[in-house]
Amino acid sequence: MHEQPNSTRRQFLGLAGGATVFGAIPIVTLRPAEATPATLAAAIRNVVGEAEVRTGKVKLEIPPLVENGNTVSMTVSVANPMTSDDHVKSIHVFNEKNPQPNIGNFYLGPHAGRAQISTRIRLADSQKIVAIARLSDDSFWSASVDVVVTLAACTEELI
Amino acid sequence: MASALINVPNKARRGEIIEIKTLMSHIMETGYRHTATGEVVPRDIITSFVCRYNGVEIFRADLFPAIAANPFITFFTVATESGKFDFEWTGDKGFTETASASILVE
Repeated sequence: MHEQPNSTRRQFLGLAGGATVFGAIPIVTLRPAEATPATLAAAIRNVVGEAEVRTGKVKLEIPPLVENGNTVSMTVSVANPMTSDDHVKSIHVFNEKNPQPNIGNFYLGPHAGRAQISTRIRLADSQKIVAIARLSDDSFWSASVDVVVTLAACTEELI
Repeated sequence: MASALINVPNKARRGEIIEIKTLMSHIMETGYRHTATGEVVPRDIITSFVCRYNGVEIFRADLFPAIAANPFITFFTVATESGKFDFEWTGDKGFTETASASILVE
């Protein structure tokens, strides 16, 4: 007599578990993969190759607490002279948790006079932002900032 | 449609470092958003921005979906001679837009 309720409960749990598994697959495949620390590292490797990235020279100005991730102003400056022998070639900005690890690549030259760029970016989550500068001697310098985002970008649905 | 806003000083001393501010009106659709029915909204972004000073490229940027709508980019250059700055934005779906500004260098 005790077999009957147990087996139906087992059947029910089995069916429910199966439904959960089947339900989970489309959700997983539809959601875009977030840029994780691993993809961040891979994106940085894409730019710097095997070169060593040192901390310093670069200054990344971004508000530490962001209310709206849809538009966040950001300034990157590099404390380096801009002469033909010694200048900043490019500035690359990366993020950790947006769907893509890249934010932007900016190519300068000695004629820039000052190695500084500003733009406005989107942040999908509280995360780390990394700016890397490539100098004319092909050395790489970086700075990173942790940002807390209260309203994330990219997640809202269109009506 | 005047969709570009450019801010370049009218006049500069020779050798002066000037700031150039640019804003292009564009939706910058990321390709990661969904409609209420679950369809992905296709990506539509500006992928590249170039600035030329009297025909010589002085600044270039690759843009990604993480750049906010209406991309605003500022950068610096040394005012070497009077002439013209040409700006060019290119992107998805054949988007291309140009703008220019002139400067007098004394």
